[in-house]
Amino acid sequence: MTSQNLSTREWLLSDTPESRRHARLAAMYKGWLTLRGNHMAMIGLAIIVVLVGTALFAPLLAPHDPFVQELGNRLQPLGTEGHILGTDTLGRDILSRMIYGSRITLYIVALVAMIAPIAGLLVGTVSGYAGGWTDIILMRITDIFLAFPRLVLALAFVAALGAGIENAVLAISLTAWPPYARMARAETLTIRSSDYISAIRLQGAGPLRIITKHIWPLCISSLIVRVTLDMAGIILAAAGLGFLGLGAQPPSPEWGAMISEGRRFILDHWWIATMPGLAIFAVSLAFNLLGDGLRDVLDPKDSAS
Amino acid sequence: MSTLLDVENLWVKFPTRNGVFDAVRGVSFSLGRERLGIVGESGSGKSMTGRAILRLIRSPGIVEAGHVSLHGDNLLDKSEKEMRSVRGEKISMVMQDPKFSLNPVMTVGAQIIEAYRLHAKATKAEAYRKSVEMLEAVAIRDPERVMKAYPHEMSGGMGQRIMIAMMLIPNPEILIADEPTSALDVSVQGQVLSIMDKLVKDRGMGLIFISHDLNLVSQFCDRVLIMYSGRIVEVCDADKLHEAKHPYTQGLLGSLPRFDEPRDRLQVLTRDPAWRDAPSVEGRT
Amino acid sequence: MSTAISIENLNVYFGEHHDLFQAVKNASLSVEQGASFGLVGESGSGKSTILKAITGLAPQWDGSMSIEGNTLNHKRDRSFYKTVQMVFQDPYASLHPRHSVDQVLSETLQLHGFRDVNDRVNKLLEDVGLGPAFRFRYPHQLSGGQRQRVAIARALAPEPDILLLDEPTSALDVSVQAEILNLLSDLRSEHGLTFLMVSHDLAVVAHMCERAAVMQKGEIVEVIDIADMRAGKTNQDYTAKLLDASANRVA
Repeated sequence: MTSQNLSTREWLLSDTPESRRHARLAAMYKGWLTLRGNHMAMIGLAIIVVLVGTALFAPLLAPHDPFVQELGNRLQPLGTEGHILGTDTLGRDILSRMIYGSRITLYIVALVAMIAPIAGLLVGTVSGYAGGWTDIILMRITDIFLAFPRLVLALAFVAALGAGIENAVLAISLTAWPPYARMARAETLTIRSSDYISAIRLQGAGPLRIITKHIWPLCISSLIVRVTLDMAGIILAAAGLGFLGLGAQPPSPEWGAMISEGRRFILDHWWIATMPGLAIFAVSLAFNLLGDGLRDVLDPKDSAS
Repeated sequence: MSTLLDVENLWVKFPTRNGVFDAVRGVSFSLGRERLGIVGESGSGKSMTGRAILRLIRSPGIVEAGHVSLHGDNLLDKSEKEMRSVRGEKISMVMQDPKFSLNPVMTVGAQIIEAYRLHAKATKAEAYRKSVEMLEAVAIRDPERVMKAYPHEMSGGMGQRIMIAMMLIPNPEILIADEPTSALDVSVQGQVLSIMDKLVKDRGMGLIFISHDLNLVSQFCDRVLIMYSGRIVEVCDADKLHEAKHPYTQGLLGSLPRFDEPRDRLQVLTRDPAWRDAPSVEGRT
Repeated sequence: MSTAISIENLNVYFGEHHDLFQAVKNASLSVEQGASFGLVGESGSGKSTILKAITGLAPQWDGSMSIEGNTLNHKRDRSFYKTVQMVFQDPYASLHPRHSVDQVLSETLQLHGFRDVNDRVNKLLEDVGLGPAFRFRYPHQLSGGQRQRVAIARALAPEPDILLLDEPTSALDVSVQAEILNLLSDLRSEHGLTFLMVSHDLAVVAHMCERAAVMQKGEIVEVIDIADMRAGKTNQDYTAKLLDASANRVA
């Protein structure tokens, strides 16, 4: 029986893969099938795909320039001709600003997702696997970071480094890594004492190989889940910094900064703050739903069947 | 012999991505005041059969049967609330590992008393007295001390005896024991089994003893059902297990290393696909 | 015949200073090259701990141990792992859940510096009775017996002389146990292996070994020939009790 005679689906679901690539693709396909079975996760994924699409094609989608002010046309309500979501205090089109704002949101999310979990993974697995003094020192440092209120620490960093989106990302990452380190360490402790780690140690493998090739693959899946669940918090933290005027600077259309600007008019012109608020809510929810679905797919314990 | 429990055409089904998986496929048997063994390998459906009787199969699993009747009362027609009074009061279950069955943050005494008062209206003092009595019945030497102890302070054998005591307090008519001794050392196994045996005999209970261990079952039970991929392939008297006819049973017996007669190689069981398709053997008396 | 494993006055400890627990007390035994030696006892008797001490997985020990005449110190080098390998009790826990059979075996072979990895993986799979069809499967696609075969293949990869078997069949069904035990016997005669096997099941040890040490509470009570054991010739009460409990069950 060769793979040519089979449909792609059968080939992917085959129980007897013929090569490494085949085995990997089959595992990924089965994961996708599980994820597809989870409707809430698919809704989350769809929202994120829309967000990415919006960010990519912002210039094509936005009806107006997000920075052009039209003072004669300020504070227009929803459904105004040419400005579906109305205009803000300076007469800028809210929809266009939100569309461009998605770029900033994605940029923040991607950067934080690159920095914090990787730092946490490194610290946590090394600490958990090495044990002894290394563990004590690394974990006390982690505790110190954890003990500070997150936003206050971020504020301190931004105050020291200066306001701006890059510094906001850095500040959020610096405050976001300790929980990942804690989690990676806890997982490493259970993985470390398992038979398959003993088995590879009995083949003479060193700690570097064990951590990178045997422990990381098992920690990464739960980290990915945790990151997607934390995305909401990260977006809100970025929005919070923007709201306090320490994140994105005007006239940048960052969603948090937009809420901050709209705050003054919340009673008379509620849509200015509400529309970007809804966007933050939708994206946060999407990441949460996707994270929940990913947890089912990535959990190695029930990857059977 | 009066029939306590009668099971007809029992199926346990699990829907999966690749269609429905039948864990138990049309099993019929009856239980009197006797010790009935169910043996089989992992995946034979023996544990599922035991759980299905008490309707303890978790969703998405489905239990279907002609009937599962206790004294002619079909358990499948009962509501979940009515089932709760059946579980424990009329039919009890002892699981494999006592460590997972006892609550680690409650004293043994508190758990036994709670179990008792769930089923019988009794004052605390009465329940306490009854619990101590029960612990004595399972040959625990210092019951007052054990009542105050936490599960982690107990050895495996003690834990399992406590579980048995707990399960027998409401005086059920049927005890389902799912591999009650396989987590225990050999010397302790004997003790636990003889206690269980004595209690079952004295009280005239029906016992369903689920195990993978053929020798144990042949020694301990009156009648044995041998299960293979969700069906009963053979029913025989326990003391005649070694004269079993079905090639599967013979194969299982032959694959055991024997202490009394050394051999160079162990017999390997070759599974005949026809065994899977053959209809289930009736396990009624 | 030379001695493969020699252990003298071995003590093994677990835990830190204040709650130090001695799992093995003053154990001595020796196993000839090519022999099969059993360690029997109830749970907590320290039988598996001896294997852990030999492999270096239980680092707190004193006494002396030597493998093929080489005295072991507290650090094991790669040549040790080329001589001594171990098969674990639970095949569901001893394979990395995210590594395919191919990854497990290739990595092991690479660690030991073999060049012809591809051919060797196929050869190993064949040796343990699994065809090439199993090569790219993940552990969850294998049955318990198949997993244990993969674990045995991994242990055989460095071409060791000594195999330490920690209850290799206690998590398996009896029919699968028979297959694995037969496989181990075949491999032993083909490769001239020395076995040190831990089991709580006297019948299994009697089937596989020529001699056995009976352990209780960390101490070796007695080293006994299997023939004597079968005949019930022992002058230790504990051995007699253990034999009795096992014999009772084989009515």
